[in-house]
Amino acid sequence: MKEGKLVGRSVARREDPRLLSGRGRFVDDIALPGMLHAQFVRSTVAHGEIASVDLSAVRHVPGVVAAFTADDLELGDITAQLGRPLSEYVPTAMPVLARDKVRYVGEPVAIVVARDAYAAEDGLEAAKVSYTTLPPVTSEEAALAPGAPLVHDEAARNTLVDVSLFATDGIDEIFASAPCVVHVESRTGRQNALPLETRGVVAHWDDREEQLVVQTCTQVPHQVRTVASRSLRLDERAVRVVVPDMGGGFGQKCVVGREEIAAAAAALRLRRPVKWIEDRKDALSASFLAREQHYQVRAAFGADGRILGLDADVVCDMGAYSCYPFTAGIEPLMASAEMPGVYKVPAYRVRGRAITTNKAPTAPYRGVSRPQYVMVVERLFERAARELGLDPVEIRRRNVITDFPYTGVNHITYDPGSYLESLNLCERLVQDEGWYEKQAAAAAEGRHLGIGYACFSERTGYGSTAFAQRKMQVVPGFDISEVRMDTSGAVTVTTGTMSHGQSHETTMAQIVADELGLDIAKVRLHQGDTDRITYGWGTFASRSITVGGSAVRLAAAKLGDKLRAIAAARWGIDADEVELTDGAARRRDDTSEVLTYEDIADIAYLRAHLLPKDIEPGLAATATFDVFTDGTFSNATHGVVVELHQGTGQVEILRYVCVEDCGVAINPQVVEGQCRGGIAQGIAGALFEQVTYDDMGEPSATSFMDYKVPTAHEIPDVLIHHLETPSAFTETGAKGAGEGGTIGAPAAVLNAVNDALRPTGVELDHTPVTPETVHRALNLEAAS
Amino acid sequence: MKPAPFRYHRAPDVDGATRLLAELGDDAKVIAGGQSLVAMMNFRLARPRHLVDIAGIRELGRLHRDADGGLRIGALTTHHTVETDPTGVLGTGFAVLRDAMGWIGHLPIRTRGTVGGSIAHADATAEWCLLAVVLGAEFVARGPRGERRIPVADFFLGYYTTALAPDELLIEIVFPRPAPHAALTEFAERRGDFALVAAAVDLDIEEGTVRGGRVALGGVAAAVVRVPEAEAVLAGGGSFDDCASAAAAAVEPPADASGSTHYRKELVRTLVRRACEEAKSR
Repeated sequence: MKEGKLVGRSVARREDPRLLSGRGRFVDDIALPGMLHAQFVRSTVAHGEIASVDLSAVRHVPGVVAAFTADDLELGDITAQLGRPLSEYVPTAMPVLARDKVRYVGEPVAIVVARDAYAAEDGLEAAKVSYTTLPPVTSEEAALAPGAPLVHDEAARNTLVDVSLFATDGIDEIFASAPCVVHVESRTGRQNALPLETRGVVAHWDDREEQLVVQTCTQVPHQVRTVASRSLRLDERAVRVVVPDMGGGFGQKCVVGREEIAAAAAALRLRRPVKWIEDRKDALSASFLAREQHYQVRAAFGADGRILGLDADVVCDMGAYSCYPFTAGIEPLMASAEMPGVYKVPAYRVRGRAITTNKAPTAPYRGVSRPQYVMVVERLFERAARELGLDPVEIRRRNVITDFPYTGVNHITYDPGSYLESLNLCERLVQDEGWYEKQAAAAAEGRHLGIGYACFSERTGYGSTAFAQRKMQVVPGFDISEVRMDTSGAVTVTTGTMSHGQSHETTMAQIVADELGLDIAKVRLHQGDTDRITYGWGTFASRSITVGGSAVRLAAAKLGDKLRAIAAARWGIDADEVELTDGAARRRDDTSEVLTYEDIADIAYLRAHLLPKDIEPGLAATATFDVFTDGTFSNATHGVVVELHQGTGQVEILRYVCVEDCGVAINPQVVEGQCRGGIAQGIAGALFEQVTYDDMGEPSATSFMDYKVPTAHEIPDVLIHHLETPSAFTETGAKGAGEGGTIGAPAAVLNAVNDALRPTGVELDHTPVTPETVHRALNLEAAS
Repeated sequence: MKPAPFRYHRAPDVDGATRLLAELGDDAKVIAGGQSLVAMMNFRLARPRHLVDIAGIRELGRLHRDADGGLRIGALTTHHTVETDPTGVLGTGFAVLRDAMGWIGHLPIRTRGTVGGSIAHADATAEWCLLAVVLGAEFVARGPRGERRIPVADFFLGYYTTALAPDELLIEIVFPRPAPHAALTEFAERRGDFALVAAAVDLDIEEGTVRGGRVALGGVAAAVVRVPEAEAVLAGGGSFDDCASAAAAAVEPPADASGSTHYRKELVRTLVRRACEEAKSR
């Protein structure tokens, strides 16, 4: 890459003037003439056969225009496929509206469409649905118990995924003879990714275009188009998915939801615009949830603290349905493939399972299994350090990968990173602030301070091959970008990625502006419109800047070649003799010879007769990018200091230090925003958030009173330090930065809590860690 | 999360409001700041057929001291007004009220929520209920049968239940005397949440020595309660630790997902001690 002018600088976000002054346009801001409002009749039982659905009274409620059941709309099911044998993966169908059976409280059974959202809710109350209830399956134990009721008849033992990806020969002998074997069992709470903007859609039929236009807040517009067209039996061309401004997604919106398809079907049937905005109650209890996993992992260590083996059993409670397109395999496969992480693990065995239960289904959530397995592995290292009498940072130092590229026991090749450097620097930053002294002083006063770390890497830039290795049938690898210049010299860029808070309008423009030597104000990004974008996989898995950004840069470079070629032809020189700076082509040998981009565009479009024969009119270039290696790994070390309060059990975070390396940071401020937001969500998982279910499958959290998302008061400021190990696999040297914060925080927080609990002898490995749990641990003596 | 249909009525003044309430009967509900009621209506847990909006009644917004040193708070005074005390009327004698406001929800809630609304709603963890109980407030209510004063001891009857008649309006809260050595504290997992447990104390201090005091707890029973066992320790010259232990021993808080009975009792111990120390240091 040429010496960048904008890449690497915290260019002010181009989205902000619009968003901060209330001029953004979100789904709920869209109002179309004659628009109707939809709400869903939802199951009140966790598991049951639908005996009857009677909507006749609904249709008489004032303001209600229509009400439809699954039979009324005749929609195709949503079925996510994985290319694995039935013994490893059982595909299950998710009907758009429940037909014969309901599988969780909140499952949509019918759609009610009314002149406003109030009347729609009045309509819901008039619906009469009767169920023949079945015993609900609400826990892993219940799901796997012999003779357990089946959530899906085709999934024996309620198991959707059961894979054993690795089993090193002789691993049992390694464990049998190892000087030190430690074990961690950890259960992580069911969470909600909780985008500030709930899910929503406005759908209408456009007679002139013969198109169903679906405006929705999704991370994967083309995937929504595919499912909508199949479910409604339309050509893909006849569905246009448009994404307005988005208030977050975090993975909850990277799967296709049933409600947006049902609302689109209603709009198609009624030939009137239909809006559905998920209310917070449904968002908390009936949307896609995440994260509930159960780990039982052993690690064997030598007396010198070197890890000898890792032996893991992972069970992920995916809830009632497999999500599209990722399937219920996403979590167990992620954990199985990646668990050894930053460490040189010589022997590895893992079994990963996904089970189905009568709870709301799950979607990938920022980090996808990595927050959990990193927490477990980091707990194992801490525990081994205690057993072996080693310093917890030192034991990591002895085990992190330092020679790159490194091919692990999991057959993944890790590209260069700064694992050891980040670990050392993070420890030093904590030391330099005097936290170890403060910890000792506090202990002398009977206070409980703890210091914890997490060292981890994160595979970003998954290409087609990496996903294909997991046997995904839909392989979201490549990206396409088109860069087009108009006659005024302004540039329009398309990307198949979908910013829902990641600042792509800024970062992608930085890349293009640098590549073309152009004022960033002249660059405008288009995303999230299936009619404008050739194809795209959207934004998830920290892929946007690595894959999308690379495609953008390649397309911009192609356009640059054409600009140079036209200028060179005018001057009768070789294209290599032309450089692009400050919005113009210049002769290298005589910089006073200038053709501005307007001049070149003038030739390319308006006076094409001036073009040489071998150059086509117009100024546009398209490029694709894919990653054919194992991808590129960003990495970080987090250091956390907590104080546990004896009288209340409160965990107070006194300091948070993050040393991160995402290669070339296109825009450091944006990276820091990602770190901070991710860390907040990681802390949420470690200490606060959880959706529990009672024995009848009723969810506990239907408002923010019960779902304890932390607020600004609970989240500390974060000291962020950047290291830069550029990626050789991406066009910009960037690695993904979207998920690392969330991945590292639970481990670092939990290690700090356990460090503070050290005098009590209690170790806490389940999340969230509640004040009551901490209080009990701190007051064991008093209680006994 | 849209309310069931209702009719909206704007009351011109207190008499107009009570007339409307009498006329509309049990199907009517008073709305002031709406910080509890609207959420309950949006969940359709509350389904009043009529709302009587008193927010425009200016006479209910006064906050002033009376001649004998007491404090009179008009029912529509917002938490934020007490928190910022723009006229300086609270002084050191009622600083406890100002300082307690930070525990109520978040700024937007405090800006709309009203003192009278909070007390009439009678949540068992509400800061205003706790302050009223610990400081021995009196409530002025007006209805078709005229005006009456209700002592706090007769006011809170149980879960979200008060002595107010359906056609009566709470118009003023009277704190009879300054409480320079009072404090309120609480614990919740997140700042601004309903407290798991809240504690308030009002100490009688003479020449630096605690002679007695009142102790009130929220979140341990159906309504805010006084704890005579803990007050007896204070009156008998016992330590704050003993007072806190007596309070913890005296209550049997219900368990729920946020905390067991044992944990809440432990919180009582911690918070009563903390409130005593804060009150004494004032």
